Amino acid sequence: MSKTYNLTTPLSVNDVEQLKAGDIVYLSGFIYTARDAAHKKLIDLMDEGKELPFDVEGAVIYFVGPTPPKPGDPIGSAGPTTSYRMDSYSPRLINEKKLRGMIGKGKRNQDVINACMQSKAIYFGATGGAGALLARQIKSAEVIAYPELGPEAIRKLEVVDFPLTVINDTYGQDLYQIGRAQYEIKE
Amino acid sequence: MREIQYEDIVKAIRDCIIYSANNLPKDAYEKMQEAYNNEKSPVSKEVLKQLLENADIASNEERPLCQDTGLAVFFVKVGEDLKVVGGSLKAAINEGTEKGYKDGYLRASTCHWDTRANLKDEIGYNLPAIIHFDLVEGDGLEIEYAAKGGGSENVSRATVMAPAAGRAGIIKYVKEVISNAGPNPCPPLTVGVGIGGTFEKAVISSKHALFRELGSENENPVLNEMEKELIVELNKLGIGAMGMGGTQTVFGVHIEANPCHIASLPVSVNVQCHSSRHTKIKL
Repeated sequence: MSKTYNLTTPLSVNDVEQLKAGDIVYLSGFIYTARDAAHKKLIDLMDEGKELPFDVEGAVIYFVGPTPPKPGDPIGSAGPTTSYRMDSYSPRLINEKKLRGMIGKGKRNQDVINACMQSKAIYFGATGGAGALLARQIKSAEVIAYPELGPEAIRKLEVVDFPLTVINDTYGQDLYQIGRAQYEIKE
Repeated sequence: MREIQYEDIVKAIRDCIIYSANNLPKDAYEKMQEAYNNEKSPVSKEVLKQLLENADIASNEERPLCQDTGLAVFFVKVGEDLKVVGGSLKAAINEGTEKGYKDGYLRASTCHWDTRANLKDEIGYNLPAIIHFDLVEGDGLEIEYAAKGGGSENVSRATVMAPAAGRAGIIKYVKEVISNAGPNPCPPLTVGVGIGGTFEKAVISSKHALFRELGSENENPVLNEMEKELIVELNKLGIGAMGMGGTQTVFGVHIEANPCHIASLPVSVNVQCHSSRHTKIKL
């Protein structure tokens, strides 16, 4: 049965190994935003052997491009974007840089699932389209790289009890397959 | 000949865009409540609970429901006896769009197709709007608007079938498209199906079908029957809210059909996420 955990970043191998697909996690601490454009830049830096703009070891990356903040707010609406667009980049961050978590929505490919197993990382789902609700759990936001990318810049976010569901765990399980198989009615 | 002021159109479009971004329409909200009540999976039920709460927060605090505030899509019926004073109708809709996205703190999501550079500083904030004009009799101006997000657009598909495929072939195709999409388009979905016409007519019809009120009946009995069958079939896929597995995969299926060439059966499936931000204004 599904369990509930409260975790704080950075995440350790022990933190992620206890999690199973379907578990609920309330995440606190600092996380980093990046979409396709920022991922491409991170991979380019790795190819050139240069340092990345933040310490990826134990980190959690949130696939999000928020709306502009209203005056006085740290961030605008900030729900997850569809994750498959990061599939070609994520395995290198997991295997080579010890990225421990990703937050998004939608299916990941087998390469990502394998990297999560091999190098111990979790793919978390946040509720897509719940941008106003999720923004409430973000206490601060600071652009730390690529401001020219606008909504796609890398931001450091401080989150408190950010509500997540484990989609892909370190054992190769996929909640999208498990959940659907339970309710699919085949002729 | 009736006259309408350019500035009045700009203001109406601006206000409609901001309101739509922050307020889930009544039909979509009610469908979400219905799905919440009917959902058998506890995980999907929790997702629907969050989405209802999200809609309440967005409306009460005037915040966008989703960070993907979409591309602005319009279907415009312009009366032949209507004259816009002070500028063109197209320019007024684009200016209203830019103002709405800027003033509402909405995300500019329009980029160059190749360089992927955000075009807000070059051609305008989230411009150009996608506008489908239809010239009609009279002096009215009816504007249907929807904010169309990328996640659900990405899984939309179109094909041209052999006529022998028939109704059964159409239903099979729609099922395939939604099954392959799985969690990606943010279900529960509204599924717009365009049948017939030429290739592009089917696609535009599938888009326009999404603007119909959720829960409304199709006036054509054959299409109405197909819609009901598809709702049952698509819910059998077990995808559930946000693909977590469940019984509530679609809010509705809307079909628009057109006469077509004797050689062809074009079919298009345009997918809409649960955040069905659509509205209609008359000026």
